[in-house]
Amino acid sequence: MTALLEMRGITKEFPGVKALDTVNLTVKDGEIHALVGENGAGKSTLMKVLSGVYPAGSYDGEIHYDGALAEFGDISDSEAKGVIIIHQELALVPLLSIAENLFLGNERARGGIINWRETNKRTEALLQKVGLKEPPSTLVDKLGVGKQQLVEIAKALSKEVRLLILDEPTAALSESDSQALLDLMLELKQQGVTQIIISHKLNEVRRVADSVTVIRDGSTVSTMDAKTQDITEDNIVRDMVGRDMAHRYPARERRAGEVLMEVKDWNVWHPLHTDRQVIEDVNMAVRAGEVVGIAGLMGAGRTELAMSIFGRSYGRNISGSVEVGGKPVDVSTVSKAIEAGLAYVTEDRKSLGLILEETIQRNITMANLEEVARGQVLNESAETRVAEEYRKALNIRTPGVFQRVMNLSGGNQQKVVLSKWLFAKPEVLILDEPTRGIDVGAKFEIYGIINDLSKQGKGVIMISSEMPELLGMCDRIYVMNEGAFVGELSAEDASQERIMSLIVTE
Amino acid sequence: MDIAEHGAEAPEKQGIGEYLVRHLREYGLLFALIAIMAFFQIVTEGTLLKPVNVTNLLLQNSYIVIMALGMLIVIVSGNIDLSVGSVMGFVGALAAVMIVEWELSTAVTMVTCLVAGGLIGAAQGYWIAYWKIPSFIVTLAGMLVFRGASLWLLEGQSLGPFPREFQMLANGFVPDIFPSGVSQTVADLLGQKRVNVLALGTGLVAAGLIVWMELKARAQNKAYGMAGEPQAFFIARIGIVAIALIFILFKLSTFRGLPNVLITMGVLTIIYAFFTGRTVTGRRIYALGGNEKAAKLSGIKTERLTFLAFVNMGVLAGIAGMVFAARLNSATPKAGFALELDVIAAVFIGGASMSGGVGKIVGAVVGAFLMGVLNNGMSIMGIGIDYQQMIKGLVLLAAVIFDVYNKSKQG
Ligand SMILES: Nc1ncnc2c1ncn2[C@@H]1O[C@H](COP(=O)(O)OP(=O)(O)OP(=O)(O)O)[C@@H](O)[C@H]1O
Ligand SMILES: [Mg+2]
Repeated sequence: MTALLEMRGITKEFPGVKALDTVNLTVKDGEIHALVGENGAGKSTLMKVLSGVYPAGSYDGEIHYDGALAEFGDISDSEAKGVIIIHQELALVPLLSIAENLFLGNERARGGIINWRETNKRTEALLQKVGLKEPPSTLVDKLGVGKQQLVEIAKALSKEVRLLILDEPTAALSESDSQALLDLMLELKQQGVTQIIISHKLNEVRRVADSVTVIRDGSTVSTMDAKTQDITEDNIVRDMVGRDMAHRYPARERRAGEVLMEVKDWNVWHPLHTDRQVIEDVNMAVRAGEVVGIAGLMGAGRTELAMSIFGRSYGRNISGSVEVGGKPVDVSTVSKAIEAGLAYVTEDRKSLGLILEETIQRNITMANLEEVARGQVLNESAETRVAEEYRKALNIRTPGVFQRVMNLSGGNQQKVVLSKWLFAKPEVLILDEPTRGIDVGAKFEIYGIINDLSKQGKGVIMISSEMPELLGMCDRIYVMNEGAFVGELSAEDASQERIMSLIVTE
Repeated sequence: MDIAEHGAEAPEKQGIGEYLVRHLREYGLLFALIAIMAFFQIVTEGTLLKPVNVTNLLLQNSYIVIMALGMLIVIVSGNIDLSVGSVMGFVGALAAVMIVEWELSTAVTMVTCLVAGGLIGAAQGYWIAYWKIPSFIVTLAGMLVFRGASLWLLEGQSLGPFPREFQMLANGFVPDIFPSGVSQTVADLLGQKRVNVLALGTGLVAAGLIVWMELKARAQNKAYGMAGEPQAFFIARIGIVAIALIFILFKLSTFRGLPNVLITMGVLTIIYAFFTGRTVTGRRIYALGGNEKAAKLSGIKTERLTFLAFVNMGVLAGIAGMVFAARLNSATPKAGFALELDVIAAVFIGGASMSGGVGKIVGAVVGAFLMGVLNNGMSIMGIGIDYQQMIKGLVLLAAVIFDVYNKSKQG
């Protein structure tokens, strides 16, 4: 097999940060090539260089594509050559239909008039290819993330794609949606589409990749080829973090104390369709020092449950009571919930967790400004001290806490959100998909932080779609399905099979 | 990629040229103001900076500056207020009716006017904050309503004159507290006919304070490894600001001294700069404008803040209304017509972002004066109102394009 793409000595600098330092990447024609590495290693940046988001001239090094030197001035240049990128953040227009999104900027039209018949016909064909059964006129808004991801791929297919780049495509997907996506990737490979996938889920990498390139601190560490060597998760991890990692989950002494927080008879209705009940009779307790998991499929209502408890940030006609330390507390607004000792780390950091334009420092102190102020007056040096402390504790990779959050890699942004809520000093921390898009090394660090909290006698509620993570971390797991708790398992009894069977039998 | 190390040294290593390019926006505004003043000083053959004209410039723009303070907060919070011109006119009319027709005292009138401004702001803010009706629409309605309301109050006529105490609000000057002997000595020393020592002293003290505060902030930034500006720039910038301040107040001191309005304006500017930059509530307004949902989920009472931003705007529009009426010595139904556009333009020229979360008080004030100097200079030159409008429009556009261009370059 010949190489379709060769990137040689790519160096890219941002003010104060060398994101890429003479990186090499060779992708063979017709293969699936995985790109892995820690958060902030430079994976997304490399792909942006490749696809012309950062135009030729803004980086050093050469790109050879399809036997010729490629100098893409912008995305349309690279798209014309069949290089299509699907970014870490989805880029669909929510209030347009699937068909409109697919042909946005590439409309099927004659003389400026859109030919809807052709548009819809081609959309149907493309949707069939990616295995979506929705009618072309469905608004993208109405689709789940998994299906939106498939629409993105369909959009790529509408453009004569030769090299498809997927930046963490499964990060927000449920188990079954991920499987469907990976199957689709394999099928596209059969049809001759070369693909590059960035992922932190190493089992997926193993499943689909023909070769794997590991990037660390902006440089290529190794490239493994599945034909000539056995690619194991341990191998990848070792190259990623630069050392062997014997355990994925740090050990913790388990000792649950008194009941710290209790939620009783919690009922929530949908904010718009008021006749639809989203959460039904949930009863839940967390003890001091306990890590409690909530397992369930995507759409089971876990996020809705957490947000409705945290200051009624979701839903209406909420009924039920919350007790902290044996006393009923008022959690009707976010500030009251924070006062009662709760904190909620959102799963959607970009739109609900961060102010992207602001600095790391200002994001970290946002939920607890009182602590860095005397009365109304802010003490900026205290603020900087706090931010620096969390930067070190959570190992946030950045030139300084005055960097804007926008410029951080996805995983490091997640650490900023986490810092913000740790600084709010909660008694009970609710984590919603806390390790989404986070590399193995950083995951280990975050697990360590969770363990520290538990050691200090705090309670942790962990919502996660990654079952191994729940099984590895939690003392107890609630299983949720369609808005209700359908079971509760202790750490000893819990297994993937038991959780799944509880979900299915309901 | 050892970023920690790289970052700490970066500010020292980067060249002056590179620094300038990256911070063009902040300096740009200051340079633009100086350049425009120099230009008009030359083409008006020195009229622009004559003491009487400097005094005039300050008086003429005072109400715009005062409203720009509130508008900055409204815009930072992610909203807009189109009604301020009308509200200002309405409050002026109210003042005239209370004093001239009902013969109420100046004190009662002033308090009532402030309360009226606050209530108007509250009435609009209520719909915006708690009903989530876009501020553009609510204040567009407010603009029409209060334009009509002032016409109705004044029955289409101008109403005046005001008693002396009320006029003092805009046209009064702070008397020199220094004995005339001192003034005479200073005047002789500077080769002037007369010098208001209080005004000159205020200039010196203010300049000293600014230098001191900037030095302190710089030392603090350095202690925390924050990228500070290169030494040369720091000295040049602070030097220019300090000299300009002393220069302006010197000019004032050779005319009639410190206008009352300047004190009002100066004190308000300091209060609001402190409020937005250094207080918890101020910071929360930036968070609200930066990402409302994230702010809300961080326990920030976003509705209440939005509401208060409009109440505050109303009060400031009230102050501006009284100043304006006092300055003209009458209330007219046309007062404040289209003024909201000048105020909004000043805030955007000052670097605020339409999408919220970005902007500074000092920027808005400088932006207001930039527009003011343009107006004043062009009027002295005898340029017609037609061209004036076009030029001002283009300046606004240029400033915003400059902003966007700068941002895209920084990636
Ligand atoms: N526009 C930018 N300005 C400044 N620094 C940037 C910018 N974009 C990226 N960086 C920096 O470049 C480095 C690489 O970022 P990149 O997004 O490529 O990481 P990544 O490997 O994709 O990480 P993740 O797995 O977390 O998504 C990071 O240190 C990041 O902070
Ligand atoms: Mg990335």
